[in-house]
Amino acid sequence: MAENNAPQPPVRFETHPSQYKHWKLSFDGPIARLAMDVQEDQGLKPGYPLKLNSYDLGVDIELSDAIQRVRFEHPEVTCVVVSSAKDRVFCSGANIYMLGMSSHAFKVNFCKFTNETRLGIEEVSRESGVRFLCAINGPCAGGGYELALACDEIYLSDDGSSAVSLPEVPLLAVLPGTGGLTRLVDKRKVRRDLADVFCTLAEGIRGPRAQQYNLVDKVAPRSKFKDVVESRAKELAGSSSRNTKWQGLALAPLGAKYRDDGADYEHVSLTVDASARVAKIVVRAPKTATPDNASAIRELGNKLWALECFRELDDALLNLRFNYETVGLIVLETEGDPAMVLSSDAALDKNRDDGFVHEVLLYQRRVLKRLDLGARSLFTFVREGSCFVGTLFELSLASDRTYMRDDPDAESPPYVQLSAMNRGSFPMSNGLSRMQNRFLYDPEKAQKLSESPERFDPSAAVKAGLVTVAPDAIDWDDEVRLAIEERASLSPDALTGMEASLRFAGPETMETKIFARLSAWQNWIFTRPNATGPRGALTMYGRPERPEFDMRRT
Amino acid sequence: MTSIANNEKIPNNVDLASDKRLQRALEEWQPRFIDWWKEMGPEGFQEDNIYLRTAVSVEPDGWAHFDYVKMPDYRWGIFLTEPVKDRTIGFGDHFGKPVWQQIPGEYRNALRRLIVTQGDTEPASVEQQRLLGQTCPSLYDLRNLFQVNVEEGRHLWAMVYLLHTYFGRDGREEADALLERRSGTDDKPRILGAFNEPCEDWLSFFMFTYFTDRDGKYQLLALSESSFDPLSRTTRFMLTEEAHHMFVGETGILRVLDRTCELMKKDPNEDARAQGAIDLHTIQRYINRWFSVSLDLFGGEVSSNAASFFAGGLKGRAKEERYEDHIALEATMNIPVMKDGRLVDDHVPLRNAMNEVLRGEYIEDSQRGLDKWNRLIKEKGVDFELKLPSSRFNRQGGLYAGLHFDPSGRLIDRAEWEARKHEWLPTESDKVFIKSLMTHPIYEPGKMANWIAAPKHGIKGRPVEFEYVRRSG
Repeated sequence: MAENNAPQPPVRFETHPSQYKHWKLSFDGPIARLAMDVQEDQGLKPGYPLKLNSYDLGVDIELSDAIQRVRFEHPEVTCVVVSSAKDRVFCSGANIYMLGMSSHAFKVNFCKFTNETRLGIEEVSRESGVRFLCAINGPCAGGGYELALACDEIYLSDDGSSAVSLPEVPLLAVLPGTGGLTRLVDKRKVRRDLADVFCTLAEGIRGPRAQQYNLVDKVAPRSKFKDVVESRAKELAGSSSRNTKWQGLALAPLGAKYRDDGADYEHVSLTVDASARVAKIVVRAPKTATPDNASAIRELGNKLWALECFRELDDALLNLRFNYETVGLIVLETEGDPAMVLSSDAALDKNRDDGFVHEVLLYQRRVLKRLDLGARSLFTFVREGSCFVGTLFELSLASDRTYMRDDPDAESPPYVQLSAMNRGSFPMSNGLSRMQNRFLYDPEKAQKLSESPERFDPSAAVKAGLVTVAPDAIDWDDEVRLAIEERASLSPDALTGMEASLRFAGPETMETKIFARLSAWQNWIFTRPNATGPRGALTMYGRPERPEFDMRRT
Repeated sequence: MTSIANNEKIPNNVDLASDKRLQRALEEWQPRFIDWWKEMGPEGFQEDNIYLRTAVSVEPDGWAHFDYVKMPDYRWGIFLTEPVKDRTIGFGDHFGKPVWQQIPGEYRNALRRLIVTQGDTEPASVEQQRLLGQTCPSLYDLRNLFQVNVEEGRHLWAMVYLLHTYFGRDGREEADALLERRSGTDDKPRILGAFNEPCEDWLSFFMFTYFTDRDGKYQLLALSESSFDPLSRTTRFMLTEEAHHMFVGETGILRVLDRTCELMKKDPNEDARAQGAIDLHTIQRYINRWFSVSLDLFGGEVSSNAASFFAGGLKGRAKEERYEDHIALEATMNIPVMKDGRLVDDHVPLRNAMNEVLRGEYIEDSQRGLDKWNRLIKEKGVDFELKLPSSRFNRQGGLYAGLHFDPSGRLIDRAEWEARKHEWLPTESDKVFIKSLMTHPIYEPGKMANWIAAPKHGIKGRPVEFEYVRRSG
């Protein structure tokens, strides 16, 4: 499978249920149905038919969109039933030929995105009470079973042929890329030896034994399957804690203006300097204060800054990830009136119980996580006119370094400031707030600083440990230039590994394990000759010869 | 090798008595098999004495012993063809090395899947045919039906023997599951599509034994090449039995045609139906249906499974020794695939095309019967020729599934398919008509239903009028 190097149109992430090719999303009171119906000839790129409900990034973009719609547009939904619209197959996982044709960078970003989507499913269940029931009606392999694993409950049709499997190791000599192994033992708590048996059995496990291993929650004969699923969906819907007392909001198109070297949005600009391999993202503060009552906030709807700005930032980050592979450093800047950011924070903080505000806050959390997980160096530059306060200070906290310009002669010198939003509203993958993560050596300090209403000028910010360094106006240009150039000279692989190791201090969670193991084990195995060398199993898949392995254990 | 130990509970030539563990396992499975047979085997004939052939030894004179027996007392056993001395692997990556007497760990799952898939078809066909006795056209045919049924049962035993002997606990569970699935049910269907299709009239039965059992023949031929010697020996013995099933199909259809042509000639308008015979167009539609359904059993035209089965030496080509190149790594096969709305030849690596190779041989073999049938039609002075449809016609699996082709293999659109499929495939009214011919059984020795001619010979030198089935009560 040769890598496809032909120039491809950029990947775009905005879609709408009316444009879905691969999923059927329907609503029936509190129950939403999400049925996979992948169109073979509608892959994102040419060259690989999406047979047997196998998926590529295009399929997953729609899935991600569908979940977003359930969150914002359908507050009445308390249970989502995930199934297949195809007769004889549930889902056969990520398309192997697509993986074979893709660059390594694309594969990794693809897996990352699919992981974020599945973690999003678990988040909407945990935080918003939308329960996911996976109804497996047909063979369910690899990424298909990993999707099931992300759901709260898995039901399997006991028809003699429906099976769950993770065939990656025996069939392809790679690992499941979407948290399958981790969720087996961490989430479903499948006994490790049984998990070992399961993960080396290409054909998977059917029926009652799947339940006995706890690979699924229930099996039911085919004739009763639909009814059993239906009645469980109703139970799950009824047991949900979701706040359903709000009017859904139809998410409007973003209206992004894409350029060759970036994109412009209402509150965000992305500019890529391809030769320097640096991208700059500028986030602008709201222009007006945010009303502090829930109904006025909801009336703003799509125009609510906290929502619109973060939707734009999300799109910019994904655009960078998939369409600008060589950019190594993202410079984060902000512009605008800090008071307007704080006004937004205060309004959201006051109305946390509102269903819509709740979803906006969760969305901001996910976008910030996407920033943490981007595998690009992140530098924040704080200078005159910037507004790194509250929610936007999280951008700085997410960065590998923050430079703050110290210019006593400036008309309005920059400051940084914390708000209620920095006190745990946006936990990272490791479960800590970015302040806790930063001040792991002194949890009390983290707490105290988070509660302080103080405006930190450059020297105070350095002293408090809120920024890395505060060069003065004379040194600023040189310092900044050198920092960027130095960063650009380092190995991108080593930087990715180093940054990921330093960014996530403290405890491991299932989420950090999933991403760490993806980056470490899965990606390492993917690049090894036993998988992708000329005689590797993935290379040989579908070919007449059998793979050959280098038998030395590493 | 041992001669057959026929006085044991389970007749066998594998020295079962010396392997107590295996013997116990099979003796535990046996009553479950009998229960299955009583529940799902031929309905209404379990107490009758049937003139059946039983294998009592694998020697040329021993595998065809004829006598009356009640079906539940039939001596289902385990018979393997004698081993070939110093047999070596005949194809694939291990070509030339000694064959395996035990399963290599690497191939355990793949071999189990092959054996389970093959094994599942055996009880399935018994289930599909369980009601046919109640509309039998003669005692001769009734007996043939039961002969086919008990032998399918024995083939199940053959596969279960392999599962119990070589696959540990998984194998025993799979052996149990073979008795739990039920043809045509929603909840526990048989694995392959054709084995869930109803076989509810005798024309279908003859088509099934001619076309679908012939798939079985080719699968067995391919498995008899296997590097796993016990599988090879088992399937070689099964092939001797399978040949009879195809004989039943081939002569059955021949006799139907014989009668049809005869009655056509008696009718002023050559209208077979008016004379209570099955008209030739309906027979052609049944051929179209059963042939295309059986073609699906060979699997996809381009198949990575087929390639890895061949590479590993698990499943070869029928009569592999006739080929020169047993590695098959360089060669390709041209297979028409859809590109931009039309069929274009694609050069598929030969190993990936092994299903298609086997299917090709099957098609050639199937044509032989049609030639015989057409000769008879001609001899009878009727101007009609039966044809096999294109291998693209009416396919539910592989490259051509989801597309529409007419019987000549021409790509057509959905609208044309919908408008014309009644010309090509049995319609509801065809089925109603066929059933109207087969409303009751004929139990009088020597008598034939109106729609079928008598056979030329009886069985084992017995006359056609012989009482092949002694009805109880």
